[in-house]
Amino acid sequence: MKMRKALLGLLTTVLFPLSASADLPKVDAILLPPPMVPPALDRDYPARVKVELETVEKVMTMADGVEYNFWTFGGQVPGNFIRVREGDQIDFNLSNHPSSKMPHNIDLHAVTGPGGGATSSFTAPGHTSSFSFKALNPGLFVYHCATAPVGMHIANGMYGLIFVEPKEGLSKVDREYYVMQGDFYTKGDYGEAGLQPFDMQKAIDEDADYVLFNGAVGALTGDNALTANVGETVRLFVGNGGPNLSSSFHVIGEIFDRAYVEGGSLLNENVQTTIVPPGGATITEFKTESAGNFILVDHAIFRAFNKGALGMLKVSGEQNTAVYSGKKADTVYLPEGSTIQEIGNTQTPRPKIALNFEEQMSMGKRTYEQNCQACHQVEGKGLSTAFPPLANSDFLNANHKRAISVVKHGLSGKIKVNGRTFNSVMPSLALSDNDIANVLTYVLNSWDNKGGTIKANDVTNSPKPENTSSAH
Amino acid sequence: MKLKIMSLIALTCLSYALALNSQAQGMAKIEAGEYRPLYLSEDSPMVNVDTFWLDITPTTNQDYWLFVNQKTRWRKSNIVPIFAESRYLAQWNTPMDVNQNAPSIKGPSDGQLLSPVNHVSWFAAQAYCQAQGKRLPTVAEWERAGSASETQAYGGKEEGYNQTILEWYSTPTKKSLNAVAQNPANFWGIYDLHGLIWEWTEDFNSNLSTGESRGDSSLDQNLFCGSGAAGAVDPSDYAAFMRFAFRGSLKAVYTQANLGFRCASNKEIYP
Repeated sequence: MKMRKALLGLLTTVLFPLSASADLPKVDAILLPPPMVPPALDRDYPARVKVELETVEKVMTMADGVEYNFWTFGGQVPGNFIRVREGDQIDFNLSNHPSSKMPHNIDLHAVTGPGGGATSSFTAPGHTSSFSFKALNPGLFVYHCATAPVGMHIANGMYGLIFVEPKEGLSKVDREYYVMQGDFYTKGDYGEAGLQPFDMQKAIDEDADYVLFNGAVGALTGDNALTANVGETVRLFVGNGGPNLSSSFHVIGEIFDRAYVEGGSLLNENVQTTIVPPGGATITEFKTESAGNFILVDHAIFRAFNKGALGMLKVSGEQNTAVYSGKKADTVYLPEGSTIQEIGNTQTPRPKIALNFEEQMSMGKRTYEQNCQACHQVEGKGLSTAFPPLANSDFLNANHKRAISVVKHGLSGKIKVNGRTFNSVMPSLALSDNDIANVLTYVLNSWDNKGGTIKANDVTNSPKPENTSSAH
Repeated sequence: MKLKIMSLIALTCLSYALALNSQAQGMAKIEAGEYRPLYLSEDSPMVNVDTFWLDITPTTNQDYWLFVNQKTRWRKSNIVPIFAESRYLAQWNTPMDVNQNAPSIKGPSDGQLLSPVNHVSWFAAQAYCQAQGKRLPTVAEWERAGSASETQAYGGKEEGYNQTILEWYSTPTKKSLNAVAQNPANFWGIYDLHGLIWEWTEDFNSNLSTGESRGDSSLDQNLFCGSGAAGAVDPSDYAAFMRFAFRGSLKAVYTQANLGFRCASNKEIYP
């Protein structure tokens, strides 16, 4: 009797899930193309969810003037976003468009079973495969085509995201967006126009021509930029289809308040850059505190600026100057010396001292070329109204002591040279007293100046003006 | 009435015969040789392929139109569903019967005559070849013929060989297929083994890949010989992977936009 009861109990446990799945309410999944995300599920119970997804091979724009024959889930890259609930029973129908050249299948990382669905979904052009799975684990998962050669199917754009929403749901946010990175390999280099074929060798070498968000250069910039208002909370569902390159996902000017590490249940906070591996995903959330454009990048930064991995979030609203002031002022920076400061090191060879006028001239010339010529130009001609001339300079020849002070301590403010007014800055250069003596001697004896010799002692004894900016 | 159709067909046949002149025709001899299937490892024995003859072009819409007029059970309107699925000869939309009272017979347009026939099932392809006294080539025969470049019997290692094939996959399916024999013939004098269509083979389904190709190189190798990359001689032979994957996805009734055929035989058959 006891045994019978136990057996009965066992039977009910075994049978229950079957009958439960059959009795589940039936719903059709809402699938949306990027960057849109289907709305949060308002169910607090599992359902039998029907998902219809189509594989299509089609030519689309990869960059300005560059076309590519993408292989897609749903007609764009990445594939349509699928949103189901933990515990849902999913009836998946994969249709391969009759115009396809290739058979395709789907491996959903959310599936627990051989091939992640790939074994059951291998579909010739013009056919539909159906299979069913239970969404056991919550999280953000990648799906992709796994037909041989797998790498080529992925490299041509066959990936997308499926989000298995946890039973308890996610916190409410104001905006949700779908961003997926992928690397592309074309016969022509980046930007080379025309219909570009896939380059197998570059793919094997992992030498990507394009690294893209949502399948095209500019898919998330300009008119296609993501939008939000100041004070809103934004959730980004971020995936990486690969095939080869990991993404160092970063939003310039934002900090992820929360990041679900690798799209799983582990919550990290205050994250600057989060890694999204090929075949992996992450969920990031942040509150927009300030208006402006926020740039989405793969922070392996040449990919952003040279290969296309660039998106934009436009946040409109009031500036919050307490959080970010914007530029308040632009002032002159006058460091003590632009050359590297010397730290007392007895091993340093002693600088060579000029022993006569000729040596002063040749060493002064070298000092001039290294430190002065960039502004005062070759032969001391100066540069328009920015940098006064040193050639035949009345200002220079009139007062050698002043000249020493200018080089040693710097000069800022209005001066008049050869009848023209200059209002600029000369930084104090970290030159030795010997160098200053040499360079001034060189300048005084060049380019129609009136001559004279400056000694290192004169420089040493030059007093620091009380206020450099009011020296004149 | 029946006579009228017959004479109409005779008339169209005549105009096709004129078009036929510009078409490359006949069979080419492929000497006995060896071929190593993609899925076998480096030290596995090569497969011997005996001398055989292969059509130098894929079967065209024109060829097939002549065939269905001889064997009318293979007409688009007469096809039995167990021999071909509903898209059978979907590209044939030109009414060939001007008699208003008779059910319209659909055939190829003039522009399609020299293009490979597509949307044909394995059964239909096999029936066509039999009617010519031929058969479909085996996978081994097809791969042996297809491994030739323009200049060598084994051209697979030639620079650009793979990339040229791969570029076909990088172009979208066309509304109508190009005419046959528009590109250079290969070493054996055979056209269009790559770059125009997929082709049926006699034993297309003997390659027991599972649909989950990534698992096919595991311990089940005896059972599933259509191996994944790990077991392949040349993992970079993407073009071959795709052919094996494609064949693996087929059933004999399938008809597809990019799938046609050509015939083979053990001795030369003259048209």
